[in-house]
Amino acid sequence: MLDTVPPVSSALDDISVSIRDLELAFGSVKVLKDLNIDIHKGEFLVLLGASGCGKSTLLNCIAGLLEPTGGQIFIEGQNVTWAEPSERGIGMVFQSYALYPQMSVKSNLSFGLKNAKLPKDQIEKRVARAAEILHLGPLLDRKPGALSGGQRQRVAIGRALVRDVDVFLFDEPLSNLDAKLRAELRVELKRLHQSLANTMIYVTHDQVEAMTLADRIAIMKGGVIQQLAAPLEIYNTPANLYVAGFIGAPPMNFIQGALRGTDFEGIINVPMQGYGFSAAPKDGAVVFGIRPEHVLVNDAAASCAVQTRVVVDVVEPMGADTLLWCTLGGDEFRIRLDGQTPIRQGDTITVGIDPARASLFDKETEIRL
Amino acid sequence: MADLSVNTPATRLLDGPSGKRKRARFTPKRIMIYGALLLVSFYYLLPLWVMVMTSLKGMPEVRMGNIFAPPVEITFEPWVKAWAQACTGLNCDGLSRGFWNSVQITVPSVVLSIIIASVNGYALVNWRFKGSEIFFTILIFGAFIPYQVMIYPIVIILRELGLMGSVWGLVMVHTIFGMPILTLLFRNYFASLPEELFKAARVDGAGFWRIFLKVLVPMSLPIFTVAVILQLTGIWNDFLFGVIYTKPATYPMTVQLNNIVNSVQGVKEYNVNMAATLLTGIVPLTVYLISGKLFVRGIASGAVKG
Ligand SMILES: Nc1ncnc2c1ncn2[C@@H]1O[C@H](COP(=O)(O)OP(=O)(O)O)[C@@H](O)[C@H]1O
Ligand SMILES: [Mg+2]
Repeated sequence: MLDTVPPVSSALDDISVSIRDLELAFGSVKVLKDLNIDIHKGEFLVLLGASGCGKSTLLNCIAGLLEPTGGQIFIEGQNVTWAEPSERGIGMVFQSYALYPQMSVKSNLSFGLKNAKLPKDQIEKRVARAAEILHLGPLLDRKPGALSGGQRQRVAIGRALVRDVDVFLFDEPLSNLDAKLRAELRVELKRLHQSLANTMIYVTHDQVEAMTLADRIAIMKGGVIQQLAAPLEIYNTPANLYVAGFIGAPPMNFIQGALRGTDFEGIINVPMQGYGFSAAPKDGAVVFGIRPEHVLVNDAAASCAVQTRVVVDVVEPMGADTLLWCTLGGDEFRIRLDGQTPIRQGDTITVGIDPARASLFDKETEIRL
Repeated sequence: MADLSVNTPATRLLDGPSGKRKRARFTPKRIMIYGALLLVSFYYLLPLWVMVMTSLKGMPEVRMGNIFAPPVEITFEPWVKAWAQACTGLNCDGLSRGFWNSVQITVPSVVLSIIIASVNGYALVNWRFKGSEIFFTILIFGAFIPYQVMIYPIVIILRELGLMGSVWGLVMVHTIFGMPILTLLFRNYFASLPEELFKAARVDGAGFWRIFLKVLVPMSLPIFTVAVILQLTGIWNDFLFGVIYTKPATYPMTVQLNNIVNSVQGVKEYNVNMAATLLTGIVPLTVYLISGKLFVRGIASGAVKG
């Protein structure tokens, strides 16, 4: 697998943010458990997970807005575990923008600099630069109330930008925007990251944002990181059942069965010779997973070693591609095809499966085999 | 055949409902509602009417008894007398002395109690410290203890502090007694503001006071208005603390009003009494009329939410 990330080195000067054994509990509820991440300089790391899994909590710990109950946080080589948020060299962008409503855009941008007692000409210069980068020039004298959602979020980004920080923290910054603006601002953020080359840590529950923006994605569940890898690696070789089901829309199809030798036996039987086992295969209960877009249909399936026939229950044409909802062995089976495929509801189709693109998980531990 | 043409889709469209819906002006329901409202307003305004009318009459006209009738001959004499000449026990300089005493008591009490309570509420919401919940519970508990229980202990405290009978002693009492409800008011308001705003300000390097003064206070005008109205009317109208903790020279207006109205010597001058009462009530009334809209907005915006 090609990794887009700079090679992992133990040299400290390559690490921007380092989180060691971080633990955070609200009363008796442990939200973060023994969390370890090293984030490289200039890396775009996305924390992805369902709502309530502790992403914001982790981000707030890094920002210094929450006190961890255990562990350490290093930013640019400094132990900042006990440091004030403003001393950590971070800027933060919030989901609700959190602009100061009674201040003009300009005052919003300069508030942090004034608090840091920067000289006036310096403040002017930095505000002008941020306004230029984010196209805020004509808006500087307006109050946040007179801005659109996208403009507000750009001001919020600008507030982090003027402070010339090493690390940007984003907490679901695009969630309050409509779909079109979200897509626009996503690209804008990616451009910004390419031109600034800061470290960015970005929290989201939207897998499209995660896949498109990230150098690496950390998938979290219940305060524990499930997998930390480049987007394509997560997509192709999910580390466990949870990650497999979380990434991809519609989600991966799962088929219950057993492994005998290198053969999967269930409602369909799949010889898994081409599959890259991470360890020597052992017999036992397993879950077989195949992504909807990796299922081949009719003519394309002809060359496949594994074939079966299913009836199409529902067809969802979406233009670029078409989703088929079928039933296989009592479970829902999803297929994603090119949008031009002439298949109608009620058709019986031949589906083929390529074992090389499938995933196998231990049923007990849910870990990838 | 004519029927057919009426029923063609085109005509139906033209004849059908379009634009603003027309409503009848006098439906039985409306008459009921407005009738009830008028009746209630009348009931509430009648005493005020009687007071204003009586205060504008001379004593001979008052004695004729027509309390609802407007004055035949309007005179402002009772107002002047109430303000400047009416006798309260020892001296005869009217309510004016009480008015200035009340101003000297109310202004510092309102300002002090609001400053302290707003900082309290802010700290309780945004800078939770160990035991802050217990602190808050104790404070709120204070709101439920009847005042009467504390009257004598406070007399002793004020005496020990050497503040008994002085304006500042009363200011202190008002400030302390306003604390529970005002703190609750501010705490709930600040709790209703988005937490991310506070976080953003911390990331921006603002400290305790800068966040409070630069970020939160500017967006809290409605709740400050509510607090000012509550305190101003409450303290201005206070009689009990005023009569207990001050002495005749520093009596607030309400106590002086009582002394004028209840003085036993001479004839009862109803017109002067009415004028004196109206004068005393004018301050809270004005405040409310000026800021009524903000008051309602403040109450509506989280001030009464738990
Ligand atoms: N102040 C708090 N007190 C108690 N529990 C909290 C607090 N903040 C968050 N939690 C809990 O911690 C968990 C993680 O929250 P959060 O980090 O906000 O999730 P998300 O991944 O959606 O950002 C949730 O279950 C939430 O209920
Ligand atoms: Mg969150």
